[in-house]
Amino acid sequence: MYKHILLAADGSENAVRAAKEAVKIAGLSNETLIDIVYVADFEKAKSDVLHASSNSALLLERRKKVQNAEQVINAAGIMYKVTILHGIPGPEIIKYANENQVDLVIIGSRGLNKLQEMVIGSVSHKVMKRVHCPALIVK
Amino acid sequence: MQTIKQQWFGNVRGDILSGIVVALALIPEAIAFSIIAGVDPMVGLYASFCIAVVIAFVGGRPGMISAATGAMALLMVPLVKDHGLEYLLAATILTGIIQIVFGVCKVAKIMKFIPNAVMIGFVNALAILIFMAQVPHFLGISTMTYIFVAVTLIIVYTLPRFVKVIPAPLIAIVILTTIAIFSGVELRTIGDLGNISQSLPSFLLPNVPFSLETLKIIFPYSLALAIVGLLESLLTSQIVDDMTATESDKNKEARGQGIANFINGFFGGMAGCAMIGQSVINVKSGGRGRLSTLVAGMFLMFLILVLGNLVVQIPMPVLVGIMIMVSIGTFDWGSFTYLVKAPRTDAIVMLATVVIVVWTHDLSKGVLAGVLLSAIFFVVKISTTNIIKQDMHYMVEGQLFFASADSFVNYFKNADIQEKTITIDFSNSHIWDDSGVAALSKTKDLLREKGIKVEIVGLDGPSQKIVQQLDGMSSSH
Repeated sequence: MYKHILLAADGSENAVRAAKEAVKIAGLSNETLIDIVYVADFEKAKSDVLHASSNSALLLERRKKVQNAEQVINAAGIMYKVTILHGIPGPEIIKYANENQVDLVIIGSRGLNKLQEMVIGSVSHKVMKRVHCPALIVK
Repeated sequence: MQTIKQQWFGNVRGDILSGIVVALALIPEAIAFSIIAGVDPMVGLYASFCIAVVIAFVGGRPGMISAATGAMALLMVPLVKDHGLEYLLAATILTGIIQIVFGVCKVAKIMKFIPNAVMIGFVNALAILIFMAQVPHFLGISTMTYIFVAVTLIIVYTLPRFVKVIPAPLIAIVILTTIAIFSGVELRTIGDLGNISQSLPSFLLPNVPFSLETLKIIFPYSLALAIVGLLESLLTSQIVDDMTATESDKNKEARGQGIANFINGFFGGMAGCAMIGQSVINVKSGGRGRLSTLVAGMFLMFLILVLGNLVVQIPMPVLVGIMIMVSIGTFDWGSFTYLVKAPRTDAIVMLATVVIVVWTHDLSKGVLAGVLLSAIFFVVKISTTNIIKQDMHYMVEGQLFFASADSFVNYFKNADIQEKTITIDFSNSHIWDDSGVAALSKTKDLLREKGIKVEIVGLDGPSQKIVQQLDGMSSSH
């Protein structure tokens, strides 16, 4: 079974739906760990630092982004951890998934920023193409 | 924190590549900031070379890029205009000395007292001033000028989607300079505004009289440069810390900035500091270590030595287009939601910082005013004590100290109290100083005169201690 599931979260409704699917799959086994991954986007680093009153406040803001997905998983009583990465969301998720030999990547089909996705293409599409493990894209 | 070896050679390939990218992106900015300051482009280029190379060795934040910057250039405009380049070089050396002193005095701690409202105002004001400095170079010159600015903007905003490795501003420069040269259109060039000399900087003492008079002229500028330089450098280092998920030595960075400016002044460079935009480019391009900063500085100088005579042919409108991009990138676009969502006082502090900077053209004045204003707001906020009455029970909420003492006493002076015994509850309060204690004993006296018995409850440990120390004779609780 899938032992290490990477769930990409960004605070969006899609990420919550993805979390629900992750719970369904993880629930099939007792040893499955869901790794909730949030990528702090390089593009937003300046603005994030400027608007945070301290480092702890910055960390809290980012933890809040995974909160809705975290709640779904926590409520289902499934083992999980939260990982915060820094970089460009698509490539960073791919790198992390491949380096840590994740068994399955679950990601929402569309994140928060629709405009950006129209321009640079969707993160989920990029991830699907380049991870070495199966990927589940949740509509 | 990493070892020195890791900081230098932990990421050789990434550092060399990103250093080259940064050098390419740095050249137009170094030239544009020189023009803003009113000096030859060489002054900004020498500064960028010297600062980057020195800071690579002595800085506290590996992977951060420091060079000639807009914030510093804007501060030195009046000095250059009234007294000339030599005084600027002397001021740069003094800036370095002040920054070293600040660094030794652990100035990074003080940075924590600068609220983010002021920092947001700072970057916004900087963006506005950089934009305003471009206006005279494109407004009402010629139709061709407008066209070149527009095409430059189109290139720098669309090209990065297709070409990721080479910085778009460089591509814009190469394409548009070529077009300008071969089509023979009438455009002002960098060469019209100053010279590029294809030579390495050399060690020189600034040619100013070594006197108190000189010190009087340069000191105010040096102090402002030192403060603004450290402010931007420490903000940038926080951003690089965040992007790379590592920590850095802020006080070492402050000293490093000082050493870099000190040396830079002797080699004919203008004062500089860390650059947010370039540091972000560096990290995004894979730069992490000290080597990236060194390569950026060295490669920049190499390019000027080799291509100096081409650089002077770059049309001004292209440079203006790039600087408009820089100002748009510097501006904090989250500020508009911030104005709506942040506490009213924070929004006012942010706006005040922007307005004062744009008004005075001096970033240090805006920061100072912003810090003072937010300090006043803070005192006003915590000096309001709220007293909630429940029958004979008076609950004090808020801090009792010199600023809130009077309002506390006045409450009980004016209150219409019917009960013969009351309790004043300090569970949600704290007494900070003599004034707080005095206010309390004054209130007790006041109520005693009215024939009301008072019981004080809920004082926390430190408050009790200070009350006993100062109010030993009438401890009635």
